[in-house]
Amino acid sequence: MAFAAFASGTTQAEPAARKRSPLALILLLPGVLYLLLFFLTPLVSLVLTSLQAPVEFGDVGQFEPAFEWQNYVAVVDAYWPHFLRSFGYAIAATFFALLISYPLAYFIGVKARARPMLQALMLTLVIAPFFISFLLRTLAWKQLMSDDTPLVLGLKTLGILGANDHLTGTAFSVIFGLTYNFIPFMTLPLYTTLERLDLRYLEASSDLYANSATTFWKVTVPLSMPGIVSGTLLTFIPASGDYINASSSFLGSSSTSMVGNVIEANFIDLLNYPEAAALSVLLMGIILVLVSAYVKRSGTEDLV
Amino acid sequence: MVKQEFASAGADLELVGLHKRFPGFTAIEDLNLTIPAGSFFALLGPSGCGKTTTLRLVAGLEEPTSGSILIGGKDVTSIKSFQRPVNTVFQSYALFPHMSILENVAFGLKRRKVPDALTRAHDVLKLVELDHLAARKPAQLSGGQQQRVALARAVVNRPALLLLDEPLGALDLKLRRQMQLELKSIQSEVGLTFLHVTHDQEEAMTMADTVAVMNKGAIEQMGAPEELYELPRTAFVANFLGQSNLFTGHVTASSDASIVVKVAQNSIEVPRRRAQRHAGDVTIGVRPEKLMLHTEAPSPQAGRNILGPGRVVDVSFSGVSTQYLIAIAGLRDIVVFAQNMVFGPVVQVGAQVWVAWATEHGFGLADDPAVGPRFDADTDTHAIAVQTQDELAAELEAL
Repeated sequence: MAFAAFASGTTQAEPAARKRSPLALILLLPGVLYLLLFFLTPLVSLVLTSLQAPVEFGDVGQFEPAFEWQNYVAVVDAYWPHFLRSFGYAIAATFFALLISYPLAYFIGVKARARPMLQALMLTLVIAPFFISFLLRTLAWKQLMSDDTPLVLGLKTLGILGANDHLTGTAFSVIFGLTYNFIPFMTLPLYTTLERLDLRYLEASSDLYANSATTFWKVTVPLSMPGIVSGTLLTFIPASGDYINASSSFLGSSSTSMVGNVIEANFIDLLNYPEAAALSVLLMGIILVLVSAYVKRSGTEDLV
Repeated sequence: MVKQEFASAGADLELVGLHKRFPGFTAIEDLNLTIPAGSFFALLGPSGCGKTTTLRLVAGLEEPTSGSILIGGKDVTSIKSFQRPVNTVFQSYALFPHMSILENVAFGLKRRKVPDALTRAHDVLKLVELDHLAARKPAQLSGGQQQRVALARAVVNRPALLLLDEPLGALDLKLRRQMQLELKSIQSEVGLTFLHVTHDQEEAMTMADTVAVMNKGAIEQMGAPEELYELPRTAFVANFLGQSNLFTGHVTASSDASIVVKVAQNSIEVPRRRAQRHAGDVTIGVRPEKLMLHTEAPSPQAGRNILGPGRVVDVSFSGVSTQYLIAIAGLRDIVVFAQNMVFGPVVQVGAQVWVAWATEHGFGLADDPAVGPRFDADTDTHAIAVQTQDELAAELEAL
């Protein structure tokens, strides 16, 4: 067959030979120094703090260097429900943020492509909340959801809320707040991926007998995976360490405390620095493990 | 979900009064077309003539403003693209980058829940000799290989109608010739109806049984390639499909057999059955390779048209033939192709020559010379081909 004539070897991109130059190292230096100073130093200090032991007959908040690994056992023992709650809330918030952001980003990045003005306007609206401090915005939600507001009274009239129920201080309000605060972090990476989505793939899919739902799951979603992964990471990581939404001064209560709240309490109120540091190190470790498992599973390294 | 059987044979395609308007312009104006089952049909036209829009309408990727599309006698106008018994080989191939070659080819089969999808995909990959690359991703394949995967992905579904949107455009010349032959043999092997859209007249003529020349959203002329070439009906077809020498003049005599047109003081005879208009001002033409050059005034004789004397203004040698450009007072420059039967050109620039051709080679156009659109020299196929080639060369250079 004629194909044999040009069935020659496939083109496999060879990595270009890297030139080693001292200039590259010099240019890297500020970044390396920055990381050493502002990332590695606090990290080492945090780990050391987490192993400190109280000074004998000392005051509250007085600790000395030690290898008190029991601190970790103690915090896991005391605060494991908070860890579970943190990750549970963060996963829920990430899920809802994705649910809301995907159609939004799809509309801005794909449907509104022909209308740049509309696109710009909608993107501005997505970013606009950043112009106001998120503390203020979260407080505003607290007010809206407080008892005796029209919203709560309305829900009570409809029978959705019981006579003695509250909206604030519940898991609902905390997840709501987290979702609300992180939607822009989810929408923007999704938008940048979907904006570059080649619609000809969707046409090809439709040409190959896939209806719109199948096309969405088999073509659109896999092709927007890089945006989904970065959006969910940008939401999940800060959300699991968040201590504003869940704090009782905002949308939470003592029954909704997350790890962030416990760390804050240990550092600021209880002056129990080693336990607070141990909690921080644990939180960081667990996030690291979860995230690397997630990135590995979603297989984004195959994409582009 | 539709579950069609594999098409055992091609289906015919019928377009009835098709219109497609986009905001600001009309892409297709009252298009009527019937493509018989099992034929290889080419839609030929310059960029922007509406040929790709026609294809997209048939595929269901665009909705017509009015009119209807029938495949195998069944009206599919309001049917979504994924339910039509049609597959497309896209100009950009549009292979799914996140799937392997095998998954790409099996995609359509899986959607239709064909039981042995993977086996069939392997079989069709063997047909295009790419089965050994089944596990690769499209980005790891060369352009020619991707093109064959795109073809395999469409053919494996055995659609009643296969649409080809300039699928060979990105290939280099040699590869393109091979793919043309391959496509043609696949078509006759599987007996499907092929609708091929292209701006390459040579491709259309070598591959298709029937060629329709499209211009400004309408079909100018349709027929077998030889018929279109030998007897173009409009100036557009005469110049888009190869080259033509066109003359405008007044009909001075008319008989049952022929008409006589006064062209720059010469009487030119055209067979009546080869002329579309028989009175008043008409445009007539003749193909450059039908012309004979004479260095001495030929004696007038029946069945021969003579123009001249003129001067040779340009001679260009192109291997098999030599192209002469002859200037004759009162006429546009005449192009003559002469086979190189001897070494080198027969006449040099500046020589005095006459051109003659057999009467039966002339043709008369349907265009009214007064209102007929002058053919725009910039959009002929040759110019487009040269431009694409230059772009390709520049791209290769940049790599």
